[in-house]
Amino acid sequence: MAKSDGNGLRVVGRAQRKVDATPKVTGETLFADDLSFPQMVYCKTLRSPHAHARIIRIDTSRAEKEAGVLGVLTGTDLPIPFGILPVSQDEHALALDTVRFIGDPVAAVAAVSEEIAGEAIHLIDVEYEQLREITSVEDALANPEPRIHDYGDSGNLHKLISLEFGTVADGFDAAHLVREDLFFYEGSTHLPIEQHAAVAMYSADHRLTLWSSTQTPHYVHIALEKVLEMPASRIRVIACPNGGGFGGKSDPFSHEIVVSKLAMMTGRPVKATLTREEVFYCHRGRHPTHMWVRTGVTKDGHITAMHFRTALDGGGYGSYGVASTYYTGALQTVTYQVDRYKFEGARAFTNKPPCGPKRGHGTPQPRFALEVQMDKIAEQLKLDPADMRLKHLVPADSLTANYLRVGSMGLAECINKVVTGSNWKERFRRLPHGRGVGIACSSYISGAGLPIYWNNMPHSGVQLQCDRSGGVTVFCGSTDIGQGSDSVLAYIVAEVLGVDPFEIRVVTADTDLTPVDLGSYSSRVTLMSGNAALQAAERARELIAPEVAKQLDVPTSRLVFAESRVFDGENPETGTTFAEAVQAAEAAVGTIGTVGSYTPPASAGRYRGSGVGPSPAYSYSAAVVEVHVEPDSGIVRVPKVWIAHDIGQCINPTTVMGQVEGSVYMGLGEALMEEMAYRANRRVVHKCPSMLEYKSPTTLEMCEVETYLVTDPDPNGPFGAKEVGQGPLLPIMPAVANAVYDAVGVRVDEVPITPEKVLTALKRKANGKEGGGRYGPTHFPEIPWPDPTRVPPPWEGGDGKAIRPSDEDAKAAAVAQPERQH
Amino acid sequence: MAKNRKGPLTKAHISFELNGEHTEVAFAPHKTLLEVLREDLRLTGTKHGCELGECGTCALLVDGRPVLSCLVLGLACAGRSVRTVEGMASAAGLHPLQEAFAEMGAAQCGYCTPGFLLTAEALLNGNAEPSRDEIKDALAGNLCRCTGYIKIYEAVELAAARMRGEDARPAEKSLYGEV
Amino acid sequence: MLRLPAFEYLQPASIDEALRMKQNAGPRSQYVAGGTDLYPNMKRRHEEPKTVIALGGIDELGQISLESDAPFLGAGLTLTEVATQPRLRTTHSAIAGAAGLVSTPLLRNMGTLGGNLCLDTRCNYYNQSYEWRKSIDFCMKKDGTVCWVAPSSPRCWAVSSSDVAPVMVALDAQYTLVGADGERQVPAAGFYHDDGIEFLTKRPEEILVGVKLPAPNGWDAMYLKLRRRGAFDFPVLGVAVYLEWNESEVQDARIVLGGVASYPKPMTDASQLIVGSTLDDDVIAAAAHAAFKPTKPMDNTDFGLAWRKEMTRIYVKRALTELRTRHRDA
Repeated sequence: MAKSDGNGLRVVGRAQRKVDATPKVTGETLFADDLSFPQMVYCKTLRSPHAHARIIRIDTSRAEKEAGVLGVLTGTDLPIPFGILPVSQDEHALALDTVRFIGDPVAAVAAVSEEIAGEAIHLIDVEYEQLREITSVEDALANPEPRIHDYGDSGNLHKLISLEFGTVADGFDAAHLVREDLFFYEGSTHLPIEQHAAVAMYSADHRLTLWSSTQTPHYVHIALEKVLEMPASRIRVIACPNGGGFGGKSDPFSHEIVVSKLAMMTGRPVKATLTREEVFYCHRGRHPTHMWVRTGVTKDGHITAMHFRTALDGGGYGSYGVASTYYTGALQTVTYQVDRYKFEGARAFTNKPPCGPKRGHGTPQPRFALEVQMDKIAEQLKLDPADMRLKHLVPADSLTANYLRVGSMGLAECINKVVTGSNWKERFRRLPHGRGVGIACSSYISGAGLPIYWNNMPHSGVQLQCDRSGGVTVFCGSTDIGQGSDSVLAYIVAEVLGVDPFEIRVVTADTDLTPVDLGSYSSRVTLMSGNAALQAAERARELIAPEVAKQLDVPTSRLVFAESRVFDGENPETGTTFAEAVQAAEAAVGTIGTVGSYTPPASAGRYRGSGVGPSPAYSYSAAVVEVHVEPDSGIVRVPKVWIAHDIGQCINPTTVMGQVEGSVYMGLGEALMEEMAYRANRRVVHKCPSMLEYKSPTTLEMCEVETYLVTDPDPNGPFGAKEVGQGPLLPIMPAVANAVYDAVGVRVDEVPITPEKVLTALKRKANGKEGGGRYGPTHFPEIPWPDPTRVPPPWEGGDGKAIRPSDEDAKAAAVAQPERQH
Repeated sequence: MAKNRKGPLTKAHISFELNGEHTEVAFAPHKTLLEVLREDLRLTGTKHGCELGECGTCALLVDGRPVLSCLVLGLACAGRSVRTVEGMASAAGLHPLQEAFAEMGAAQCGYCTPGFLLTAEALLNGNAEPSRDEIKDALAGNLCRCTGYIKIYEAVELAAARMRGEDARPAEKSLYGEV
Repeated sequence: MLRLPAFEYLQPASIDEALRMKQNAGPRSQYVAGGTDLYPNMKRRHEEPKTVIALGGIDELGQISLESDAPFLGAGLTLTEVATQPRLRTTHSAIAGAAGLVSTPLLRNMGTLGGNLCLDTRCNYYNQSYEWRKSIDFCMKKDGTVCWVAPSSPRCWAVSSSDVAPVMVALDAQYTLVGADGERQVPAAGFYHDDGIEFLTKRPEEILVGVKLPAPNGWDAMYLKLRRRGAFDFPVLGVAVYLEWNESEVQDARIVLGGVASYPKPMTDASQLIVGSTLDDDVIAAAAHAAFKPTKPMDNTDFGLAWRKEMTRIYVKRALTELRTRHRDA
């Protein structure tokens, strides 16, 4: 399917504008909050002031009587639960009987103005019975009661995972050095600049349309069908261009369901635009994660065994959390060869806004731990950390211990690029006190191997239409969240059909008009929608070419589609315009429309839990970060980052650059300052849900970036392309930590690496405490781990199945139990 | 349906110059310029991210100075000149800044873009050849979560050069990366 | 969208008219200049005035005279104007510098000198929406009875977060206020009060017209600001230092800290330590320690309080060292 011939490409690989660049710079692009309709009314949500409470009584009568109020909803109006994962259908559009975090939606009002709606929610009287709040993973372990949810693996533990690939004890016995390290990764949030908004309209013929800033219109469609008990065929979900997503708009949300229900109740279009504070309560961001890592290595740094434990603070609901938890153990094996691998992961429910998928979904935390530990190991072994990594890379076209199939693997070139570019050899351990460099690497999936709900249909579909004018329209369910997915569709179709990408009309993210694409998450869109578009375009070419070949009297194999013409490659003057070619084909075979679709290859792993981690292709990144650390204050500044990313093949290098630079930015924020902090003393309230106090770096914190794009085409990617939206974020946090150590000789084994932590570590070092100065966790929560599922790695004769298959293994691959079949 | 709200019942009525055109508008007197533009004039090019002056998304020009429209009262704009992103392009084409932002990929999701464009325009109006540091300083009050700002700096520099009459092109390494 | 509550908006053209309007409007009225402090507070329902009297149209407040022996800055100057005024940057660089460190360029185009000097005290239990504050049962600064920073305390500990005010106190600038009884001068230090709620001694109807600055006759001053980011953030520590040199000896000194108390806090002991010294390393260390010791930041801003306290030592030391270098270079 994929073609990766770099030479003949006319569109793919060229720097150019995005197809929607002009409307975005003129302000013409309509985001969800920009929409308005005649007679539109406004929705505001009453949220819980308690972190954990039972609702005893809700009285909406005062609000209902308020002039201008058209509708009031409470939980009992929408009693059917929903959630992104079939195994975690634990949310209600409005709390039914229990509130689980401060900010949990309780009731909603539609009124003729946002002001009246905002005042009316305060006329709703709610009586609560407060329950003990669960504030942290440790708290959840110590207090199985009161349970936040009545499901999950035990008490307030939502999920417990234990997987062992080969006997790690044997690997540790064989090791020259075994290190144990503890890490903590604080939670952070996406902070898209656009606050979520949704508008619903219900027509007199009982059709519902929802416009929303969502990354996953298909999953919103499914949630609406379920909660509203309405046939999906009567529901249309349109994802507006997202004003930033980063994973934060990937769940079906309360406000989307509420405005839909209110539109049905009132017969009026209903809009909800969240305040910034409410966006913090939607959250679904990075899970705060405790980590314990034991790694055994030979003298030259080869990993004989790794045992990795994670404990995630999940917040009040499931969200993607089960997948997030698996992801904290999935990708440790795809960068450096790991002979034997054990992963134990736990997710606790706590009374905070729910965590979920933020850029890198579940993998930045373990990547931080792994890459900092590699730095410590290299130092102990007296090896250069770049050289040590280079020596033990996972080979291309191989299977890892946990049955991930690595295809193209450009990490060696990435490391070499940043080592050379940063003058690493001259600078590492050689810079004056206070200045340092650190290196780290990473890998990320180009789409998940499995869908979120069990089904055997394609993950992405494209319909393509060529009309008599020569116009081409691409229809695809994919959602442009700023990453440029609409443009990718246009470039790929333009490449195949030889037309100008700016002449192509792209219709996306509309469940009435476009075939399903699962959504803009897990870096899946370029590869999956791209392959679907490629297939549809190739099929269109196959329809058109024979008719042109007849007209020109040349074999179809000689035809070239380029410059809006179809011509004889050996005699370019002999040809026809693309429009004439379409007309000829239409005359011969009828309307020219094709479809394309993409389903990822089957996973090699067949054990329970093997559904998380497999991907058609893995991207690779390496980064060198330079830091300046003030020894008297602990303040860390990052003047420069060198980063190389193995993209497989650029569809558009400029948008790839943008993703790399944006990832470095977000990584710097996580490394140095961003955190979702809560007030422990006041009811686990979010400490500062504002743009001012959630510290997103400004132009003055952003570093200089030197970006190297490594192209090592992957056979599974369209033209060889892999992902770039998430992977380049991953090496930044550990590279900063490693650079801080190089600069001032202290280890901060957690993020964010704040000046307070650096200064504390420096003082400990000065006082001769803690083996040279370290700031980080001193223990890992006591977790009752289940017996592991044992899977022999491929090199021990394993076939991807667990040794003792339990009945659950039958459904092996899925993260989740099948709930519905499509 | 609307019940009597607190405060004056009647809408305020002002005239001002909006993107070079004389404009009259009536609105509830406590509305901010941001709300008046988006809701009463239906010009939704001006975006919002916090409405508290903490993100820079709603930046636009009042009398040529970049300000936060979420903290300017509509009433305070009577008789003044307001410029929004809708006023930047003309029949002749995009403003050089818009052109450069499009060319460099400086608008990813595009949501913070109008605020950046207008802030940058004010910078270039007063400084035809700003250094990279001057650009960073001028844009320090505009948050972008997508780009890491680098493509934005490069776009401002490109536009500035073109506005000075130079036949400027993007650097290869900005478009394709380091070799 | 966060919105303002309804209010009546008045735009007087003169100070007299503003005073009359204020008198007529009564206690539930507020002056506004740039709006960058008041409007966010109103959107969060910290303040719900029935009448807002805008001072932006009063030309008298925009006066500036730097040539005379009594330099004067009008309260209505924007922070951008103060920060970029060429002569002020030479004669009173600490003031221009502090103004240029406030928030962001966009906000400085709106916010005024007077607004920054009258900035409401801040606290991260207070600068929150109505709903958030409700979830913690409110605090004594607005709608509640307890100060959550120090629940047993009878007072409010919200923090003075102005960048320019500590410099004005250090310079011993004189504020000019106009009220119903006419004009009065107040030394900057006397304008502030160590209480998170009653943080100004100004009477509500008085208008801050401007500030009389010391003539530039040999003294030196500087301001250092500590915050997480280079823009947006309020100071978690501001260090303003004023020095008069007599040859190589410090003749007079005032060290004032911002961001650590409910008012710009003069560090009298530290200041006295350096008077009469040549500001050698030991004296600087002693002064830095004397500033560090009594400083008690509370847990209501960004960063942990232990680190912020520690940073008073570091930043006072940096400021004094820099001033010494300047003097020796000069």
